[in-house]
Amino acid sequence: MAATMRSISRRDEMSLAEPAALPVAASVAPRLHVLKRFSSRFKTSLPAYLLLLPSLIFLALFTYGAMGRVFIDALYQRATPKAPVRFVGLDNINAVLADPAFIGAVVNNLIYAVGTAIPSIGLALLFALALSRTHAVNSALRAALFLPVLIPMVAASSLFLFIFLPNVGLLDHYIGRLLPVLPNWLGDPDIALYAIMVITIWKNAGYYMLFFLAGLQAVPEDVMEAAHLDGAGPYPRFRHIILPELKPTFLFVIVVATLNAVTQVDHVFVMTKGGPSNSTNLVLFYIYQQAVEHYDIGKASAATLLTLAALMGLTALSFRTMANREGGP
Amino acid sequence: MKLLDALWKDAPLATRGEITPKLGFLLTVLLAIVWLIPLLWMGVATLRPASDGINAMAELMPSLKPTLDNVRDAWEIGDFPRYALDTTFICAGILLVQFVTITLAGFAFARLSFAGKTLIFYMFLMQLMLVPVLLIVPNLKLVAQLGLYDTLTGVMMPFFASAFGTFLMRQAFEAIPTELEDAALIDGASLFQRIRHIYVPLSMPSFSAFAIISVTSHWNDFLWPLMVINSPDKRPLTVGLSVFTATAEGTQAWGTIAAGTLMVIAPLLVTFLIFQKRFISSFVTSGIK
Repeated sequence: MAATMRSISRRDEMSLAEPAALPVAASVAPRLHVLKRFSSRFKTSLPAYLLLLPSLIFLALFTYGAMGRVFIDALYQRATPKAPVRFVGLDNINAVLADPAFIGAVVNNLIYAVGTAIPSIGLALLFALALSRTHAVNSALRAALFLPVLIPMVAASSLFLFIFLPNVGLLDHYIGRLLPVLPNWLGDPDIALYAIMVITIWKNAGYYMLFFLAGLQAVPEDVMEAAHLDGAGPYPRFRHIILPELKPTFLFVIVVATLNAVTQVDHVFVMTKGGPSNSTNLVLFYIYQQAVEHYDIGKASAATLLTLAALMGLTALSFRTMANREGGP
Repeated sequence: MKLLDALWKDAPLATRGEITPKLGFLLTVLLAIVWLIPLLWMGVATLRPASDGINAMAELMPSLKPTLDNVRDAWEIGDFPRYALDTTFICAGILLVQFVTITLAGFAFARLSFAGKTLIFYMFLMQLMLVPVLLIVPNLKLVAQLGLYDTLTGVMMPFFASAFGTFLMRQAFEAIPTELEDAALIDGASLFQRIRHIYVPLSMPSFSAFAIISVTSHWNDFLWPLMVINSPDKRPLTVGLSVFTATAEGTQAWGTIAAGTLMVIAPLLVTFLIFQKRFISSFVTSGIK
């Protein structure tokens, strides 16, 4: 109010010729105006909010709310499963970071991520390049390579349990003769993680292939033709025309493959339960163990929080890619 | 070689003589065969009689005396009809609620302007990044607090809102000419009538694409239902199969395991083989489910 008065008086001083009504209108109205504009803005926005409400309720409960609850749960701990919770600050985080099982799971997960992403993306690119032209034979081959994508990880695990079975399993039956000593694929701590990775590669290569096939559609036909005429062989064409064109596809597929490496752990449950001696323990399985087997919500939440934080860098990268893909707001 | 030439007859003339693409193709054919071997084994082992013995279990050559004994055993021991019903119920329930939420939200993003649109858009986008499976611990706690522990509703609830579906519908709705809506507006159609009679019928391809992605991904969900469900009769197929496998593995009943696995994946495989093109194009639009 004081400010209004001052502005009126100053204006009066500045120009006595101005009608008195003007400064009043200019000083009181903006407030009303802002309020009115806000309420009218809200009123016109209301139908949109109502349409968004059902989605926002579930997102609030199971996405944002869940994030908040992880934060809070990570700060509390129970002495025994029946004891009341008490605030422990960063103790849970420290406990998780000091837990060799967690560090082991992180290391395993890193090996698993790199060891599944690179081969499955490489194979996907090979498949897409080989099958890019559409005819009946290629369609059938694409379907064959895509089939594992549809199969539940649990079902794939049941099949691979037999494939990796010592002595009588499919692998030993057919290629065991070539090896001097038969390895125990799932029972040897040095091999088990790699055996697990084979399933992931088998299951995901066909999925990534689809994105490369779509990406190859964007390679301009006339540039390829010009390259043919200039006598560029298959490798230079691949290196200088196709690869640059596929860059966004690569970025996208790498993000998806990394997310999959953190979230696809069903086969660990069915085949190894993290063993032998924690050699196939992955981060999400560790979280599950803490929550369900040890009833330690504090530690499980702390591990979740650390995993979420680690994915943030990736999130920032993929956020841009995805916002572009979705066409912006 | 003749066969390969036939496959390359539509390639540009200058490239037809090149060897590298053909080598790549042959390698891919080889790998495609390797890719099919686990599924081939599943089929062969399902039909193999137990009398063939454990040493013949890995043979990829079909048995000369095929039998359906394994299928019968799996059907009886495994309680698969029950699991199949649970999975169907979960997938259908999620999909129906999702259809409502994504249609409404997709319409708001496509056709309405409102305060905070950018902010809300990014809030939706965040769900794509925070893969729900990472939030199992806090979400299990919430489901328990809501009294939905050990219920199929509890399994479904975290998936009722779908950012992916919302964006898909937004894209579909934006492609519909506004003139159609204007005409309906003049005739006095309400907002819901316009969505129901103009936007929804014209976006059926997007709905079916979303349905394919949603159903296949929830058909395959394992970790979340494993945590929420406790009673054996409420298990979905994936959880049921894992329990079944664990039991049958002890008795080395690999033929029965193969039959059980076949039953779990058969519905999806058959649907895929019928609607192959539609599946493939839907999966291309899904980046992250």
